[in-house]
Amino acid sequence: MNDEDHTIEKLTQIARELRILALKAITEAKSGHPGGSLSAADIVTTLFFHQMSHDPQNPHCPDRDRFVLSKGHGCPILYAALAKAGYFPESELLTTLRKVNSRIQGHPDHVRFPFMETSSGSLGQGLSIAQGMALAAQIDKKKYKIYCLLGDGEIQEGQIWETAMSAPKYHLDNLIAIIDANKGQIDGYTKDVMNLSPLKQKWEAFNWEVQEINGHNFSEILNAFNNTQKEQKKPHLIIANTIKGKGVSFMENNIEWHGTAPTPEQRDKAIQELTSEKYS
Amino acid sequence: MTEYVNINPKVQKASRASFGEALVSIGEKYPEVVVLDADLSVSTKSAGFSKKFPERFFQMGIAESNMIGTAAGLALSGKTPFLCSFGCFVVGRFETIRISIAYNQVNARIIGTHAGLGIGEDGYTQMALEDIALMRSLPGMGVLQPADAIETAKMIEYLAGHHKGPVYVRLTRQNLVTLFNQDYEFQYGKGVMLKEGKHIAILATGGTVYNSYLACEKLDKDGLSTSLINIHTLKPIDEDLILKLARSHKRIVTVEDHNIIGGLGSAVSEVLAEEGASIPLLRLGVQDIYGESGTAEDLYEKYGLSPQKIYESICTDHLQLT
Repeated sequence: MNDEDHTIEKLTQIARELRILALKAITEAKSGHPGGSLSAADIVTTLFFHQMSHDPQNPHCPDRDRFVLSKGHGCPILYAALAKAGYFPESELLTTLRKVNSRIQGHPDHVRFPFMETSSGSLGQGLSIAQGMALAAQIDKKKYKIYCLLGDGEIQEGQIWETAMSAPKYHLDNLIAIIDANKGQIDGYTKDVMNLSPLKQKWEAFNWEVQEINGHNFSEILNAFNNTQKEQKKPHLIIANTIKGKGVSFMENNIEWHGTAPTPEQRDKAIQELTSEKYS
Repeated sequence: MTEYVNINPKVQKASRASFGEALVSIGEKYPEVVVLDADLSVSTKSAGFSKKFPERFFQMGIAESNMIGTAAGLALSGKTPFLCSFGCFVVGRFETIRISIAYNQVNARIIGTHAGLGIGEDGYTQMALEDIALMRSLPGMGVLQPADAIETAKMIEYLAGHHKGPVYVRLTRQNLVTLFNQDYEFQYGKGVMLKEGKHIAILATGGTVYNSYLACEKLDKDGLSTSLINIHTLKPIDEDLILKLARSHKRIVTVEDHNIIGGLGSAVSEVLAEEGASIPLLRLGVQDIYGESGTAEDLYEKYGLSPQKIYESICTDHLQLT
């Protein structure tokens, strides 16, 4: 095994654990968004357990890389990553998500839970916020990067395209946006609700450095992030083609799992699949 | 009159102009101050800062939501952003302010210029008449409106270096008469007594303070002794002062270049009603209707905010009540 194989093996295992943790938390909460949490799991895993410079022992270190979850409803997978990384106890995630007095809200809350770099959930705002962080790094001549995860449905918001215009103006090559292109949104498939294609050409036309990858292939994810580390005087966009509900057969590509919690029986069936040999 | 008051109609300046000058001076003193504008820097007067500190000025184009979110990101990274546009355009992106700035509780200073009827000829579409109401409804959002150049400068200095949390500042296109001298000290959340009387307490804000002062002079001549209070902080409102005035006066009048719903009149009525203060309240302002084109003076006359109209409304109200 070479180094990349080792990394991929490690990330595959962590992503599996994060998926299970997120599904357990959503089941306990009796509400939440499994579809978009599972589609983002491999990207989030790669960021927190390989790509990003961050330290749970020094969580507010000024030089840390930032992760902005613009698609705020995907927060169960982010909470799972933070718990797994040691920012807060897994038991807290499994018992308090979405419950009254909890710091882990149904959508990210920066004030209650400052490990969230920003509050989000009202779609379309996170990329602007990430841009502001990138500008601050530029002013302060800091090297940290800002990773911003968007939903593909989310980019129907007009504010996204305002930032699509402004980030290239400021040559923000420290800004790395990732679209979790899982092709689904609440009312159906994105192609039917509001067609986004040609997605790559749109962002290229706005002068972003665009890559398109399979968002469940760690080799491609690692390579794509690696390509973003060079100074190119352009902001980066990774279109990660993903599967909504990835890893659980009965959730995959099924819009009904956008915002529905599994029953305990469905959770157990999902965990069984995720821990089986077939999961990859 | 109190020692910090020095009303001088010969010296006039728009609060946006005072803001632009203040911004340049705080830029020197506070390196964390950054400024964003949405293609109105010549009008909002943030252009002076852009020339002096180009590396800390961000021209965001005609895209206010992106400006708001970007400012939030800068604030989350330790900067103190002043983000500027016409009041109606920036507050119109309410949902972005609500989440990116207010819910995050960041140190952003939202500057809304050309407030109210005072914008004049451009007409209703450019006229912020609901901005105070919207910004007051956001938890933790301070809402400020200075009444002259000196108050503006001191307010901006305070916001650059001393205030925690998000704030909306409402500024005028039109010139404002100087009300204060350099002894004036800005105190967040405190009403400012301009003159003390006995019968009627007039609380005014921004561009209506001087007109209210002229109305007071006429009322005093008629034997109706008036107090005049400048309310530069609409939220948090100075509850103690309002209740004190309610105890010592027979009428309260509010004057604002804003819809009477949700603005100063509403804020004062909430304080009075909750305390059970049995004092009549007259709310002068835009009476829940849209504005229109015209000179600022003509509009103030038509919508009841000229000195003469303020005077007449208070006289009519007084006659009805006595």
